[in-house]
Amino acid sequence: MLGSDGAGLAKSARRTAMHAIVLLKQILDWELPPSRFRIDPETHRPPDNLGPTLLGPFEQNALEFALQLRDAGIVDTLTALLAGPADSADALRKALALRCDEAVHVEVGADESTDPSQTAELLLAAIRRLEPAELVLAGRQAGDWDHGQVGYLIAERLKWPAVGLVWRAERSDGRLRVWRSGSAGVEQLAVRPPAVLTVTSHPSLRLRMGSVMDRMAANKRPITRWTLDDLELSSEQLAAARRVELTRVWVAEVERNCELIEGEDPAEIATALLGRLEELKLLTRPG
Amino acid sequence: MIVAATWDGPHLGPASREVLGAAVRLGAAVGQQVAVASLGPEGSGAAEESGGYGVAQAFVVEGDCAASGSEGSIAVLAELARELGASAVLLSADDRSAEIAPRLAERLGGSAVMHATAIEVHDGRPVWTRPVYGGKALATISAASEPVVATLRRGAFRAAEVTGGAAAVSTRTAPPTDGAVEFVGSEAPVAGASLEDARVIVSGGSGVGNVEGFAELEELARLLGGAVGASLAAVDAGWAQPDRQVGLTGKVVSPDVYFAIGISGASQHLAGIAGAKAVIAVNTDPEAPIFGRARLGVLMDCRQFLPALIEALRRRASPR
Repeated sequence: MLGSDGAGLAKSARRTAMHAIVLLKQILDWELPPSRFRIDPETHRPPDNLGPTLLGPFEQNALEFALQLRDAGIVDTLTALLAGPADSADALRKALALRCDEAVHVEVGADESTDPSQTAELLLAAIRRLEPAELVLAGRQAGDWDHGQVGYLIAERLKWPAVGLVWRAERSDGRLRVWRSGSAGVEQLAVRPPAVLTVTSHPSLRLRMGSVMDRMAANKRPITRWTLDDLELSSEQLAAARRVELTRVWVAEVERNCELIEGEDPAEIATALLGRLEELKLLTRPG
Repeated sequence: MIVAATWDGPHLGPASREVLGAAVRLGAAVGQQVAVASLGPEGSGAAEESGGYGVAQAFVVEGDCAASGSEGSIAVLAELARELGASAVLLSADDRSAEIAPRLAERLGGSAVMHATAIEVHDGRPVWTRPVYGGKALATISAASEPVVATLRRGAFRAAEVTGGAAAVSTRTAPPTDGAVEFVGSEAPVAGASLEDARVIVSGGSGVGNVEGFAELEELARLLGGAVGASLAAVDAGWAQPDRQVGLTGKVVSPDVYFAIGISGASQHLAGIAGAKAVIAVNTDPEAPIFGRARLGVLMDCRQFLPALIEALRRRASPR
């Protein structure tokens, strides 16, 4: 007991801030209108030419959260890690422009991103190859498959604690105090690193712009590229990590049957709307 | 065995009754019994009650699971699922189960299915439907490894029906955790009716324009006996608290009537109101996607329309 405490103290005296790895993903523009959205029935994915791909909205929250931890001195080294097709490195360029210390791209085909267990296995292999980290930060879910699992699966496989849907953190006696919004209001929890946090969308976590100078400098900075071979992972091992079989993906159809309420002025429309709501038994008559 | 988890107190709430309904129907389809794990404070009431809905066994978990974040809940559910040889563990989809389900599935060597909206059984195996791409598409998936830990979207499953009968109730103590996560405290939620259970919701978006507009929504909600919701845009603008956000990443709601005031209807918002019976849209843009989901629509600036609607409701409540 004494020994391990002593070692912990020695370590914290050497280094007071943490290395954080933030997990990024580049996805199809989520603002693409539903009328233009398509799924290729063969690949179960949207066709490649459907629209631009961008750093996902929840990964933007996670990156901003990571940057705020660095601003606060809780994190001193920040690594951006992404697994995805060769053309999804813009997200990492953005991370470098916001002065992430390192950007790592694990190159895999688009089919390798539909199963959260497989994605977790890939990212885990990369995390193990990186400098040891005390924090892994993930968005609450990826905006394409919306699984919301990868961060938690990584935590389980590392045997680290995980706290989800966090939007603020402070240092407190060697632990992190984190804030999240739950059904019981805003909750505070204390978590002992190393840990995984998933980060929720919150008004305070809108991704900063960064400076033009930093953006220009980022274009000259290297992105580390790893293949499955570099990670000593075989495609058989990856296939074995799959936990779900996708049988069908189809575009949700919405039948439009909206009845517009019209009238001369707002008062007349309001009265007509209430009358119609009563007729449809959506509103009960008072008294 | 199908295991359903609830966090209710003395009585089963509407979310738990939906989970029980799905569990009992799945159990009947695959020829398995249903057990309930009741993890809420004073959860023995909920456990006893579940027997009346066709549940065979109920486990009351004693001790404060929430003291360790989700760690205690995950540990006790993993223990029970192993012991009962569970083929599926069902939870209501919310912020708590978002954290529990993937980790529980991993500990059991199974698969997690998040936000399921339908379960069908093919050749004795469940096939799960869930929304993807922010609700723009739907996917059916089957698990490559069991058990499946699934979270069920509110409003997507019919609540359990009373069958009479009683469950065999026993108690459990949550196994100790390693103390890596500790609950520190919570601030009371912002006052207002629970969005998940509200029958009428009045939600505002960017069209509402400002905080004063949201005060008008409060009044409208009060007159209708409903709760106030908000789009992500309105929360981002600071006009509404984050806990009021309706959508894929906020609250998933299933009211009888949903007023979408100045909300254009981004997919991620529509995904949160998929269970609403009737949507009433007020918007200036006839092309706004919200009209594709609405039963009734008003093409007008909501800042003009809100005062008129409030006035009409007041007149209706106290006719001269």
